[in-house]
Amino acid sequence: MADTAIAAPAQRVRRRKYGSMSRDRTWALRWSYFFLTLFVIFFLLPPVYMLITSLKTSAEISTAANPWWVFNPTLENYRELVTSPQYLGYFRNSVLVSVIVVAVTMLISVPAAFALSRMKFWGSATLATGVFLTYLVPDTLLFIPLFKMFATFADWTGIQLINRWYVLLIVYPTLTVPFCTWIMIGYFASIPKELDEAALIDGAGWLQTLTKVFIPVALPGLIAATIFAFTVSWAQFLYPLAFTTSTEQLVLPVGIITSLIKGDVFNWGQIMTGALLGAAPPLIIYAFLMDYYIAGLTAGATKG
Amino acid sequence: MAEVRLRKVVKRFDDVEAVRGIDLDIADHEFVVLVGPSGCGKSTTLRMVAGLEDISDGEVLIGGDVVNDVPPKDRDIAMVFQNYALYPHMTVFQNMSFGLRLKHYPKAEIKKRVDEAARILDIAELLDRKPKQLSGGQRQRVAMGRAIVRNPKVFLFDEPLSNLDAKLRVAMRTEIKKVHQQVRTTTIYVTHDQVEAMTLADRVVVMNNGRIEQIGTPNQLYHTPETRFVAGFIGSPAMNFIPCQLEERAGALSIRLTDSLAFPVPEAKASRYRGRAANGSMLLGLRPEHITEAHGHLEPGAVPFEARLEVTEPMGMETLVYFGVNGAQVCGRVNPNSGAREGAALRLAANLNNMHLIDEATGRVI
Amino acid sequence: MVDATLSQVEVARPAGKRSSLRRTIERKSTIAFFMALPLIVLITLLVVYPALYSMHLATLNKSMERFVGFGNFLFLFKRETFWKVVQQSCIFAITAVVFKAIIGFVVAHFVHNIPAKGQRKWRGMLLVPWVIPPAMSCLAWLWLFDPSYSAFNWVLGHLGIGPIPWTGDAHWARFSVILVNIWIGAPFFMIMYLAALKSVPDQLYEAAAIDGANWWQRTCYITLPMMRNIIAITALFSLIVTFANFDIVQILTAGGPIDMTHVFATWSFRLGIQGNDIPLGAAVSLFMVPILAVAAIFILRDITRRGSEV
Repeated sequence: MADTAIAAPAQRVRRRKYGSMSRDRTWALRWSYFFLTLFVIFFLLPPVYMLITSLKTSAEISTAANPWWVFNPTLENYRELVTSPQYLGYFRNSVLVSVIVVAVTMLISVPAAFALSRMKFWGSATLATGVFLTYLVPDTLLFIPLFKMFATFADWTGIQLINRWYVLLIVYPTLTVPFCTWIMIGYFASIPKELDEAALIDGAGWLQTLTKVFIPVALPGLIAATIFAFTVSWAQFLYPLAFTTSTEQLVLPVGIITSLIKGDVFNWGQIMTGALLGAAPPLIIYAFLMDYYIAGLTAGATKG
Repeated sequence: MAEVRLRKVVKRFDDVEAVRGIDLDIADHEFVVLVGPSGCGKSTTLRMVAGLEDISDGEVLIGGDVVNDVPPKDRDIAMVFQNYALYPHMTVFQNMSFGLRLKHYPKAEIKKRVDEAARILDIAELLDRKPKQLSGGQRQRVAMGRAIVRNPKVFLFDEPLSNLDAKLRVAMRTEIKKVHQQVRTTTIYVTHDQVEAMTLADRVVVMNNGRIEQIGTPNQLYHTPETRFVAGFIGSPAMNFIPCQLEERAGALSIRLTDSLAFPVPEAKASRYRGRAANGSMLLGLRPEHITEAHGHLEPGAVPFEARLEVTEPMGMETLVYFGVNGAQVCGRVNPNSGAREGAALRLAANLNNMHLIDEATGRVI
Repeated sequence: MVDATLSQVEVARPAGKRSSLRRTIERKSTIAFFMALPLIVLITLLVVYPALYSMHLATLNKSMERFVGFGNFLFLFKRETFWKVVQQSCIFAITAVVFKAIIGFVVAHFVHNIPAKGQRKWRGMLLVPWVIPPAMSCLAWLWLFDPSYSAFNWVLGHLGIGPIPWTGDAHWARFSVILVNIWIGAPFFMIMYLAALKSVPDQLYEAAAIDGANWWQRTCYITLPMMRNIIAITALFSLIVTFANFDIVQILTAGGPIDMTHVFATWSFRLGIQGNDIPLGAAVSLFMVPILAVAAIFILRDITRRGSEV
């Protein structure tokens, strides 16, 4: 009798202890989900609000009704933008600039990264560090001297670069090439040295080693670099704002801001639609290639 | 197929000599193993033969031609790397045929060669897989297959089994030997594992500190090492080295280990050591298997003595016993039923017919 | 140019003095140099030269005809707006980076806490602000901050809180640009910290748990020290980007009201491009250099250290 009386509470204590541990964990998990939900609401609020507004008519926007709800959903804003030659022009300029910049960036940075990571030459180590430092030089430091340089260039040669969309093809690589080179150096350096030696013995020259071994093996890095170059070119705002002014030369971010905002008349439905469509290409790429996107993001902080 | 010849080959890395003049003749069809501790220059030597390292001095000849100036792809060699170096984005078939495709061999010929190599290595069903989907042993086979399809003059192996677990390593060792017996290509094989060297090689080249210590068949190296390094490097557990003096009294030679312990030199060895007595400090080299428990009836050359055991390691078929003599730890191999216990004394017999005497100053076996 | 070098090597071959292998190596470094040449040209012409040119420009008068030495700088020192810009740039960068770091750390912890298979989905949603081009998302914020139709004020109004002049009042405008900056930048910190958290081996936590460390001690003695380098690198990266930021302030307030939210970038744009005083704009932008340089040096040090650790 006495034995069982003593044993029973002891057992209960032990059981409760186990129970409390797993209960703690359950609560920690619930709190995590609760706060994550709050943060997701905070982080997704503006894009969701963009979507809400884009589905409204101007009339609905200017009423005092609940702005978080669409009472008369309409695709009118989308229809108008998609048929507007002006907006399509911005979109075309953006696509053209981004695609060409991506191609140029890859053509410059992949061979350079290969040379810097595998074929040592005089000053190659310094150059690798220099590439990284260049990546840290912000656009806001360079736009004024570049502006003046292009003006002087026009005086000398008669070739006008200011207010031409293709001026962006010259300046965007300063933002994309250093970073892409840097992360490609990292990816190439992680390829074991024996692999190029095996290729060498198999009879591959340097170009073949690059195209048949290094590029395929470092393909994830190449994709990450491509995504980075594209999103940077697509999102760049300062250079086109400083270097282009005529409507037909503008790219999307500047185009939306300068032409859709006319004086004090803000057509918010269209602005939000334009911004959402402008945000779509990077978002779509992100949705499909999230892992590469994140790999590229974190690769910058590791040594090449 | 061809013979390989190294003449006074030297490799300098910024004034540091990694390889200090190597002379080596390797016959056609021969399987030669370069063995030595890490940093002894064995891999560098191999890489110079491959053409992956510039030769600082001397000559390398493959099939009678000096190849110092020939780039790797034209040396007609194939190499198997420690980490296999398989192209991760290619299938097994593409991996094996890469070299042939670069040389624009006809498709049918490529297929024939790959299939033949796959048959030899028993990897025919893996040809469509990527390296990632293969086990360590299978990757090893593919790496060998890549070498075989090229039908080169020389195979070079750079520690090919080091990345495998112990069991697989033994299996692949046999595999490599079998493959060599089939294709008979001249082979240079680098390893730090003396067991691998002994089991695989026609001839073993022991290297140390950028130089060749000794070249010989596995048995020669085991039974008649020429230097202390070779004596200690080959064999496991390693040979015992006990500081000693060689004494000659009234025409009889003896090895004095301590004040109270001396072994008479057996007749068979005596002539070899005569006249060397009192010639500075020496080391007695004796393999563990030549220190056994003393039976009532002693073999010729065996000398009984008593030792207090410090550690015993039962291995199943035998027991390793450790004890101290003159400041050196000595290992013996005794019968598990001999009653060896830690801390207890055991009567042992040293078979001096198998002794080696090493001049401590020069490190050479007398 | 490439051809010339190659043929030179070809010509050298019959002489055969040096081993062809060594020649291959020499040729290799020549090829390597030419492969890196476009990069070198790009960096020199469009980054290094403009940076130096900027310093030259800053010493000229407005019409860029006369050398005025430190005249532009002295002129700036005398203007009250300049000191406001210095102050606002520092407040803006430091506050934003601190809050981005804290929020990023907290969110990364929550994501790390939940079961692994759900993490991808949450991480995917949380990174969206970083993916949207800042110019586009700032427009959404501008609309949310709208003086008459602000959706925030509509909600606050229903809670009985009066309309907030998000971009109209100097202090609220400062708050707003920082808020938007945090919104854009915190996900980046979250991703970096999450990657760092995942790289801490589980055995360390298990060993600490056996040693009797509680959650707080584990964070202080294991998580933070193991992540220290990543935290530093990320914060410094972000400091550079935030300090040199242009898009957010330009779109939300364009520096107003009464120049209270101007940072170096927007003010130099106002003076240099819009005000047509290129030397003065260049002078303003050059004030970013010291802080950027210090941050860059620390990043380089941390990255080299990290590289030698791994």
